[in-house]
Amino acid sequence: MTISQIDIRQTDGTTQVALQGSFSLATLTPLVRALAQATANGPVTVNLAAVTRLDTSAAWAIITAQTQTSASNLTIENPSEETKTILGAVSRAMPKPDTARPKPLTLKDRLDRIGRTMAASATFMIELLGYFGLFLDRIVRSIRHPSDFRFTALVHHCHEVGVKAVPIVALMSFLIGVVLAFQGSTQLRQFGAEVFVVDLIAVSILRELGILLTAIIVAGRTASAFTAAIGSMKMREEIDAMRTLGIDVAGALFVPRILALLLMLPILGLIANIAGLVGGGLMAWIDLGISPGMFQTRLIENTGIWHLLVGMIKAPFFALIIGIVGCHAGMQVGSNAESLGQKTSSSVVTAIFAVIVTDAIFSIFFAQVGV
Amino acid sequence: MIAPKHQDKDVVIRIRNLRNQFGSHIVHEDLDLDVYRGEVLGVVGGSGTGKSVLLRSICGLQTPKAGEIDVLGTNVLTASDDQRTALERRWGVMFQDGALFSSLNVRENIEVPMRHVEGLDPRLRAQMADLKVSLAGLPYLAGDKFPSELSGGMRKRAGLARALALDPEILFLDEPTAGLDPIGASAFDILIRQLSKSMGLTVFLVTHDLDTLHATCDRVAVLAERKVLVSGTMQELLDVDHPWVHEYFHGPRARAAMDAIAAMKGE
Repeated sequence: MTISQIDIRQTDGTTQVALQGSFSLATLTPLVRALAQATANGPVTVNLAAVTRLDTSAAWAIITAQTQTSASNLTIENPSEETKTILGAVSRAMPKPDTARPKPLTLKDRLDRIGRTMAASATFMIELLGYFGLFLDRIVRSIRHPSDFRFTALVHHCHEVGVKAVPIVALMSFLIGVVLAFQGSTQLRQFGAEVFVVDLIAVSILRELGILLTAIIVAGRTASAFTAAIGSMKMREEIDAMRTLGIDVAGALFVPRILALLLMLPILGLIANIAGLVGGGLMAWIDLGISPGMFQTRLIENTGIWHLLVGMIKAPFFALIIGIVGCHAGMQVGSNAESLGQKTSSSVVTAIFAVIVTDAIFSIFFAQVGV
Repeated sequence: MIAPKHQDKDVVIRIRNLRNQFGSHIVHEDLDLDVYRGEVLGVVGGSGTGKSVLLRSICGLQTPKAGEIDVLGTNVLTASDDQRTALERRWGVMFQDGALFSSLNVRENIEVPMRHVEGLDPRLRAQMADLKVSLAGLPYLAGDKFPSELSGGMRKRAGLARALALDPEILFLDEPTAGLDPIGASAFDILIRQLSKSMGLTVFLVTHDLDTLHATCDRVAVLAERKVLVSGTMQELLDVDHPWVHEYFHGPRARAAMDAIAAMKGE
């Protein structure tokens, strides 16, 4: 790299700026500064005789200095042929800023923004409901025309959503059972009521934790997978291609996915229940000396079937929420990679949030009906 | 083979005995090519003859099995990381669809390579990006737009603006006019020609577009039979006897392109 040098000299009223060497982006800041300083006091001549290379940024700096002072005050001397072409090209291409400034935010704008956000969330709810309707409609249609139903896709998604989730769901539930037994036993021991740890584990796992935590894990891994898969198809115009080929998008993409979740989530929940009880039982045995046989007897005697049913009733609702939120978010993906990531994470957050809210509503409902 | 007439000129890219291979499929073998300073070289060839692979090899995106590639006096294949970084700032690459970063607007996209320049004021950097936007023939307000809001032609221009961000000495263009309408394509041809002349750029462009070859290229290299079969000016290539080359430059499309150029020059 050749070194660049800027000489500023005052001779009878004019400022002489002599540039020497190669000028590029790296030397732009000192060049702009030197030119600003020179043009501040009267007429300037810029001598380019010793310039070896002048790039567009340096040319821009000289031309900007020229346009900012009145044109006659800055003269360019001795440019080489190359420099002249660059100066010419840059002066033709000088950006002309459009002076449309952003207006300050008024109260009306703020209210408008709040209103739009509210309206958008209402629309979001309506759209989700619309997707639910679409799903039901396609299910009915598949019952009428069973040959249209995509059985292979269903099996594939059952494998993806269900079978592949078994290890993580079982492990998580097992550990939750262990933790419950451990925490429960330390508390209950104070009252000498260690044996109630069985009821504690059974009720909390069967009614709430088993299915809720399964739904949260499935929301995390499946809602995001649905959104990413459908979203990237949307991004690459595959969805549009399907439409033009006369393939029903909802029937081909949504139904197998949501139906797979609907079938698999109760099974996963059941597996989680079993793993949770095993974990709790194991810990009760180790920590409190409650033998597996005793655990089993107490479990069967003291835990009504409704505890299990309360948990399992919720499974299909959670499955529908996760599936619909995931598919809907996938269809909202725009044409850039950014929106794919954004929609994927928002679908997970929405799905988990909706699952927890629904669970709370169910708790109130079951408390009211007394089961 | 046409005898090289450019021996007195400065070679900026020198490729010797290049060999590229994917599994058992040999793309290039004993490929030699010289690119001279200040010229616009067009690389043509049938689909699958490895035009893009050649471009990617020169830019270091693809490591060849054997051979030597010298760019601006640096051996690309054996260069240290620092040498490579220095070299990468002296060339600009425009990918087929612009390859703009979708999370950044056009101005920020152009600023990305400028961020490595030490001591450059952010305000000046933004102004430089505006200059590049304008040099690439985009309207001022395009700088605020995101790639997804631009048309294909504008994305290519924005990609070109980013490739020009550091005022490179060599510009690599991959299919610059593919997917553009004829008006946009010929405007792009003229733009490339103008920029290469006014900024003293050496341009290496891979293309299928016969109009681009006629309108912008000083020299054309034909890839066939795993190597550069011939290279020379359009006039020289018109006289080449090889069947594929003859078909390419004398086919119906080629004649139409030639007629159009002749008509333009006649006016």
